[in-house]
Amino acid sequence: MRTLEQTTQEVLDLASKHFNVPVGSLAPEDDFFKKLGIDSLQTLEMLSRLENHFGVELPDYEVQGVSDFRTLASRIQSRL
Amino acid sequence: MLDLSQYQSIGAALKDALEKYADEVCLIEADREREKARLTYREFKNLAQPLAKALQDGGFSVGDRASIIMTNQSKWLISAYAVFYAGGVLVPLDYKLTPDEQWQLLKHSGAKVLITEYPIWRQLSVAAGRAAATNVSTVLVTEAPKNADLAGAQPWEDFQGSGEPAFVPRTRIDVACIVYSSGTGGRPKGCMMTHENYLEQCVALTSIYPFWPGVRYLSILPTNHAIDFMVGFFGPFTCGAAVVHLRTLRPEYVREAFSKYKITYVSLVPLVLKNLQKGLQARFDELPSVKRKVLNAMVAVNKALTKSRPRLGLSRRLLKQVHEPFGGELRTIIVGGAFTEPQTLQFFYDLGIPVANGYGLTEAGTAITVNDLRPFRADTVGKPLPGMEVRIIHAGADGIGEVSVRSKTIMSGYLNEPELTAEAIVDGWLMTGDLGRFDDAGHLQLFGRKKNMIVTEEGKNIYPEDIESVFESLPVKEFCVFAANYIWPQRSMVGEQLLLALHLEPGQTYTEELRRDISARNSKLLNYKRIHGVVLLNEDFPRTASLKIKRNSLAEQLAKLDRVTAFLPL
Repeated sequence: MRTLEQTTQEVLDLASKHFNVPVGSLAPEDDFFKKLGIDSLQTLEMLSRLENHFGVELPDYEVQGVSDFRTLASRIQSRL
Repeated sequence: MLDLSQYQSIGAALKDALEKYADEVCLIEADREREKARLTYREFKNLAQPLAKALQDGGFSVGDRASIIMTNQSKWLISAYAVFYAGGVLVPLDYKLTPDEQWQLLKHSGAKVLITEYPIWRQLSVAAGRAAATNVSTVLVTEAPKNADLAGAQPWEDFQGSGEPAFVPRTRIDVACIVYSSGTGGRPKGCMMTHENYLEQCVALTSIYPFWPGVRYLSILPTNHAIDFMVGFFGPFTCGAAVVHLRTLRPEYVREAFSKYKITYVSLVPLVLKNLQKGLQARFDELPSVKRKVLNAMVAVNKALTKSRPRLGLSRRLLKQVHEPFGGELRTIIVGGAFTEPQTLQFFYDLGIPVANGYGLTEAGTAITVNDLRPFRADTVGKPLPGMEVRIIHAGADGIGEVSVRSKTIMSGYLNEPELTAEAIVDGWLMTGDLGRFDDAGHLQLFGRKKNMIVTEEGKNIYPEDIESVFESLPVKEFCVFAANYIWPQRSMVGEQLLLALHLEPGQTYTEELRRDISARNSKLLNYKRIHGVVLLNEDFPRTASLKIKRNSLAEQLAKLDRVTAFLPL
């Protein structure tokens, strides 16, 4: 079982890979809309990648209003 | 052509449609690849009536207000019909607002009943704003897990009365819905839409984009939005068509739904349409050069043959590989909520997929103009719908002036706001605050806004007053939020931004620490509501005797600054 820290790190790694930004440039507390310059649709695409990676299903409502990596990771963690 | 002239209310028109099309499918609901529900009009009625009866048994009566805060799903429409059947007024609210914003609007609307979903209620039930909304006495929650603590709410599925509910008639001038066009932070603008507004709009829209049994409309825009309420509920239901709901908006499932459910119409906001364009363009770019050349040639042929009007059958044959992923039945993509760039519209039209571009306001009962596709024009927002009188007032030498509208679809006013209503509707004409001009062919072209607000590509109206509270106690002398184009008018409807005007304390400078403070506050706002930059003004803001900022005068002062150098991106 992953710890929240591990999950968070994997979320950051995947996001940086998906959006082509240096791994070290993202931090757990970062606002991903701002940091990655993405819109709500691109966020949904990122979520699909994360679901595939973690093997979980994240309903849209679970991520409603979430804008930072740490909270996103905790939502994933609760479904692992 | 649809004739609703015999009906006095939404409820009466729907009631008859439910009988007339009893065996037709009206709703399909899917969650990812799983189909959750498929209902005929008869089954829909059988689910709605016990709810209407339970509402009546609970004291809900004529003119009472019931709010729905739900994602797009079958229970949204079933609940709405039950409310109309019982003679109620519907208050559809945006499920994407924060819980406190939702409570604020619930309080303002005077809703007695709230119908919502369990994940939304989990947040709403613990929000501070709940305490003030004492008017909400009944809360119904859909899809709650068994034995979940509902914090005073009741499961929607168990809220059923026995026996026949009494149909409560309403008249055309009665309010059917209170639809909030803005105002989560300032003065809420609750548009009071009458039954007549909806009946007339439905007839006008379906005269150009008709529904019939067998048509399938993919409902993606939130149903609380005026467009989806009309073309994703009232329009298709009065014509016996079916609505398809997806419980997820992930692009891959939306794409799949087109072919799986043979979608006829879909409404999208410009952001989603542009995303579709990007995806298609990427697919085309990946084609081997020979195939690419063949595709380009087919597009050129299609373009030539559809110059005067769409020819769907022909386009589907010519560009089979493009149309197949859309299910092969798609007639039109309706785009609304915000302005769409002409090149995006043209891209789809050239592929034989007409985009019904239009222009409207919640206050005007959804659409004012639409492109009738005869011929397709990407550079305009179309012609006025039947029954719409549109005129340009205070036009300059270039013919551009404020667009004003008069029709039976115009709201009766803003709830509890006679002053705002008097500003918006003058001698029966709705002042839109948008700048436009008619061309020789009678098409309306838009050229920016006169009003201090922006509309995002996601179709969200953002008023500066609604977001200012997040900057309260900012360590500066004074601040004010503006739409950048309000200060420095641009003849454009895209790329609109908000700015924060700051007057610093004497001797204070705009430091990195202050920028970070603003940025941190900004990130507390929903992403589409955020400001984009800061403008510094080294003089006192003009104020009224009661010390309120005179926004117009301040905007004039700011306009003297050079936009390029004064605007400091955040």
